Amino acid sequence: MELFLIFFSSAVVNNFVLSYFLGICPFIGVSNKISSAFSMGLATTFVMTIASIVTWLIYHLILVEFQLEFLQYVSFILVIASLVQFVEMVIKKISQPLYRALGIFLPLITTNCAILGLALFIVLKEYNFIEGIIYGLGAGVGFTLAITIMAGIREELDIADVPKPFQGAPITLIIAGILALAFMGFSGMISG
Amino acid sequence: MSSKLSLSKEYLKGLWENNPVFIQVLGMCPALAVTVSAINGIAMALATTFVLVFSSFIVSLIRNLVPSQVRIAAYILIIATFVTIVDLVMKAQFPELSKSLGPYIPLIVVNCLILGRQEAFSSKNSVGRSVLDALGMGSGFLIALFVLGGMREIFGSRTLLGFQVLPDFYEPWLIMILPAGAFLTLGLLMGLSNAHSERKKRITKEAIVQDYLNVKATLKAKQES
Repeated sequence: MELFLIFFSSAVVNNFVLSYFLGICPFIGVSNKISSAFSMGLATTFVMTIASIVTWLIYHLILVEFQLEFLQYVSFILVIASLVQFVEMVIKKISQPLYRALGIFLPLITTNCAILGLALFIVLKEYNFIEGIIYGLGAGVGFTLAITIMAGIREELDIADVPKPFQGAPITLIIAGILALAFMGFSGMISG
Repeated sequence: MSSKLSLSKEYLKGLWENNPVFIQVLGMCPALAVTVSAINGIAMALATTFVLVFSSFIVSLIRNLVPSQVRIAAYILIIATFVTIVDLVMKAQFPELSKSLGPYIPLIVVNCLILGRQEAFSSKNSVGRSVLDALGMGSGFLIALFVLGGMREIFGSRTLLGFQVLPDFYEPWLIMILPAGAFLTLGLLMGLSNAHSERKKRITKEAIVQDYLNVKATLKAKQES
């Protein structure tokens, strides 16, 4: 039950995009079409889950052990960057269809602040190993949910008459604001 | 092309014409997340400027030494080092502020504004120009975050930098200090800034057309006479 609460809270109540503002760049950049947005979401979920495992191990087994906590930003960002590269190579080797679906999105994920944010939040909230994985999975699912909904709205927006200065990023931000309002309906269901 | 710009222009272009938040749409995460109040916005922008200036300095110093295959990794390492410095200093000197900015200080590492400037500018230009460019972009970021944070603070809690600016009978809009308010305010500000620059563009275009017509008319008059 505890684990379910962590999952639900990171996926919906404290959605990474809509309440922590992490991963805004892909959220605005890759949300033109539902299919590509969904692939981006899947790739991010995949990397997030693995990243939460690896950074947890690095933090607790190496950094804390040798009292090197001040190196956490440098080591996390390096680990995430190489992890993304590694995941890309593995996927290319074992599954061509999956690579074709996720391939171009993987390099973009390195600069997605949601991944580093996730690693930092897991340290900050002092989750244990299992809780960390569930938290990472939930955050990924939440990201997929938000970006897919956004892409759905933007596909409809193509046929709407938006004032010229507001086309592109501004209208996307305003829609994100309304989405964030909708997601606020979940707040208070779980504290923390 | 950029090397032709005068030094003052190198600094000024970041303030408005190429403003990192409103025009280039970079560095959105911190711009949205910490601007609950103007003071948070200023602190965030100053921290980012510090990291930006020093990483631009180092990157432009070593721009000819780093092989291009590993340049991104090298930039990220340099940025992460300066972010660690900022974070430790803030924790020691301004514990309150550091707590209210929370994990967003470490997240400066992945602020695409900083990596973007290293890749687009510092890796190709001299040290002086890179530092000026970084200062300009940092100031532009400061302006954007101050405007955003100021607006949210005024409408969301009646105050600006802690001083009350709206009278007591004004009911604070709760939405402004919630996440939704950040998205809405930034979206509106960006739309307004687009409308402004489009209007300016139209005016210059009309002026050019008018000039052309005037010249044409005088030439015609000369030929006839």
